[in-house]
Amino acid sequence: MTSSSSRSINAPAVAGVSLWVGLTVVFSHWMGQQAHRWLPVQASNAAPLVDDLFSFETSIGTFVFVGVVSVMVWVMLFNRAEKYDDSDAVPIEGNTRLEVIWTAVPFVLVMAIAFYTIQATSELGVLGPMEHIHPRDQQEELGGFAGDRLPTEQVEVIARQWSWEFRYPDSDVSSTELHLAVNQPLTFRLVSEDVLHGFYIPAFRINQFVIPGRAINLNLTPTREGVYRLRDSQFSGTWFAANQANVVVESEEAHRAWLEQAARSPLQPGLTLAVSEYATRQARPNPGWATVPPAPPPQVNVPGSPDQPHDA
Amino acid sequence: MTIATFPPEPKPEPGWSRYFGFCTDAKVIGIQYIVTAFFFFLIGGLLAMVIRGELITPQSDLVDRAVYNGIYTMHGTIMLFLFIFPVLNGLNNLLIPTMIGAPDMAFPRLNAVAFWLVPIFGFLLMASFLVPGGPAYSGWWSYPPVSIQNPVGHFINGQGLWITAVALSGVSSIMGAINFVTTILRMRAPGMTITRMPVYCWTALAAQSLQLIGLPALTGGAIMLLMDLSFGTSFYRAEGGGDPVLYQHFFWFYSHPAVYVIILPVFGIFSELFPVYSRKPLFGYLYVALASFIIVGLGLIVWVHHIFPSGVAQWMRNLFMVTTMLIAVPTGVKVFAWLGTLWGGKIRLTTPMLFSLGGLFNFVFAGITGVMLATVPVDIHVSNTYFVVGHFHYVIYGAAVMGIFAAIYHWFPKFTGRMPYEGLGKLHCLLTFIGANLNFLPMHPLGLMGMPRRVSSYDPEFTFWNVIASLGAFLLGVSIIPFLLNMVSSWIRGPKATHNPWNAIGLEWLLPSPPPEDNFGEEVPTVISRPYGYGTGEPLVEHQAEIERRLELQEAAA
Repeated sequence: MTSSSSRSINAPAVAGVSLWVGLTVVFSHWMGQQAHRWLPVQASNAAPLVDDLFSFETSIGTFVFVGVVSVMVWVMLFNRAEKYDDSDAVPIEGNTRLEVIWTAVPFVLVMAIAFYTIQATSELGVLGPMEHIHPRDQQEELGGFAGDRLPTEQVEVIARQWSWEFRYPDSDVSSTELHLAVNQPLTFRLVSEDVLHGFYIPAFRINQFVIPGRAINLNLTPTREGVYRLRDSQFSGTWFAANQANVVVESEEAHRAWLEQAARSPLQPGLTLAVSEYATRQARPNPGWATVPPAPPPQVNVPGSPDQPHDA
Repeated sequence: MTIATFPPEPKPEPGWSRYFGFCTDAKVIGIQYIVTAFFFFLIGGLLAMVIRGELITPQSDLVDRAVYNGIYTMHGTIMLFLFIFPVLNGLNNLLIPTMIGAPDMAFPRLNAVAFWLVPIFGFLLMASFLVPGGPAYSGWWSYPPVSIQNPVGHFINGQGLWITAVALSGVSSIMGAINFVTTILRMRAPGMTITRMPVYCWTALAAQSLQLIGLPALTGGAIMLLMDLSFGTSFYRAEGGGDPVLYQHFFWFYSHPAVYVIILPVFGIFSELFPVYSRKPLFGYLYVALASFIIVGLGLIVWVHHIFPSGVAQWMRNLFMVTTMLIAVPTGVKVFAWLGTLWGGKIRLTTPMLFSLGGLFNFVFAGITGVMLATVPVDIHVSNTYFVVGHFHYVIYGAAVMGIFAAIYHWFPKFTGRMPYEGLGKLHCLLTFIGANLNFLPMHPLGLMGMPRRVSSYDPEFTFWNVIASLGAFLLGVSIIPFLLNMVSSWIRGPKATHNPWNAIGLEWLLPSPPPEDNFGEEVPTVISRPYGYGTGEPLVEHQAEIERRLELQEAAA
């Protein structure tokens, strides 16, 4: 048995522990790199900040987890009682210095993460996303956003049981597929006509509850062309899972063309899976447990195509 | 040497019937709680199997969407209000009086009433499956306005029954909490000062104080929800001037601390068991005990982290993030103290020890994802996704339920007088550990990829991890079989247990197995040292050798 006292230094033990700590650091760093691959593609200016924070937390978390599990595995392998050994171990009731260390180190660690996060959050706030604008917000009273980042477009998002409708007031267009121009800052104005919904576009890393009786502004810049999913993230009733829409991020020219084309299209029923599923369900002799009937499909210029492949 | 007693003959061995009636013996109530809880655990587990059956394919094909929503709502509600709280109250009933040397709880009749409310509200909740329109379907949070939409239009409806049941559960828990807190504060054995109290009692005291502070908020919030649902008030209706977000504050003001109500006693169980099976004192006893109350204080001021995406001001997000992160410190203190206890010990990998080690492993993992969830930008991305579902199942099933199983195997001999079978126990532990990790780990990548929770169908890119999770869930379902077999067969015909089969230190181990109705009766020993004196050679109580010799003689005579 090796007992490490503070006087005599057990060289092999120190070397072994240092090696293991070194390996754990390398592994933790590698896990932090891997963390980026667990997330969807980055399609907004918020995404890199969120992902870097997550990667940093994954590294630290891996280090802590591996450290704790290493001790557990070590004692399970090397501190087992011999068969028929009924005796007790050496009674160590505590160690004040050690207890101070393992209070102080986690404290410093979590405060460092908190500090990093507050910085990232305030940076995100300047960029626009996640900023919930309050009635007495100075910026809103002045009608603007940080300096040169005035949003070029405002999109009104109307959440219903169970469909998403997007209105482009400047172009007099409405749609059930969200079209956005890449690298153009924009403001969403989120409203709900019935219950809570969640405006969640994983590729954008934004997730904002839509609250009946309030209009919430959300600023954002898409940064990558592609097709993404908008998912309802706050349980909204029977067809909650089906309450999804496609988000198409396209070049500025393509977006302008789409808006012009859309403005000329006649109004038609928008996409909503709930309405058709409800009809099938009610046709059954016993429709089953009660449900709120879906709102009729919104009348829009462009319903969009539900089956196009999406990137995230 | 004893004076004549009345009735002159020793009382006949009390039969099974007392477990089915209004009995005021805390040890009977404890077993009533635990058995009732596991009955509902099987129902909640069956619902989980349906959920995972539905989610093994992307389409909504196994059950109707309305049925799925009802089932996941009832799964969460049953597991929390009818399984985990009752099972922990069962352990409190068994352990608190015996650990502190009290003859019973402070208010035995109140205790029995608190228990009998459980089958009553359990029946109410089950009845909601049979009312027109089906059970509540708005999730165990029951956020308005979905929860007050009442599609069936009847006055008696699933959601109304749900709210009534939850309110009754709150009343039962408050009764229990008053009892536990009073018993711990007022009825300890002579010499058992608060700093000589076992950590389980510390954590129970901390958890039950949280119940007393938090539950009134939830109960008040639930009553207003019922008024909105049934009587047309508009506390939470935006169109009537109410605010749906207000309910979220009432709900989480209690329901976040509720997580600590669950996990604190499990910390207590770990703190009891690691010393026994490492043959070492608990490392830093006093600090571990006090950390429970630091967790109580912080636990009361973190609830807003559940509603970061609800439209919360930036300064509130920052504040509640910092308080949430700080909880990692006292929790870390406990984890490191357990590692310190294990270090250099003489480890015995018995069933309860294996469950505790597995629970600790899962808990550390859950703690790390918990810190991730505390940081606002990451939380915004994964809020209401499967990442959160994975996180809290690691806490509740991976850590708390495994800790509860550890406790059941550890104290089973004490309260039934029979030894559980080790082989079946280890099989149960292995299946639980593998099943839980297989079930709940895949939920994290799913959440990171953006799969929302509570969905009855999902996009095909989420299929792979969902199949793995479902297979893990079915394995977890199977893992209950060796447990039930073990409990039933060892209670009926297991080998007789001695008063202290694990060679553990604690007042409960100085009682016969099973203990008599009034525990120590008039002869409560005087505690003379701190708990967990493994290897120190110091006795826990005065005349300990004599007490033990008497118990051994009784066992030899039997």
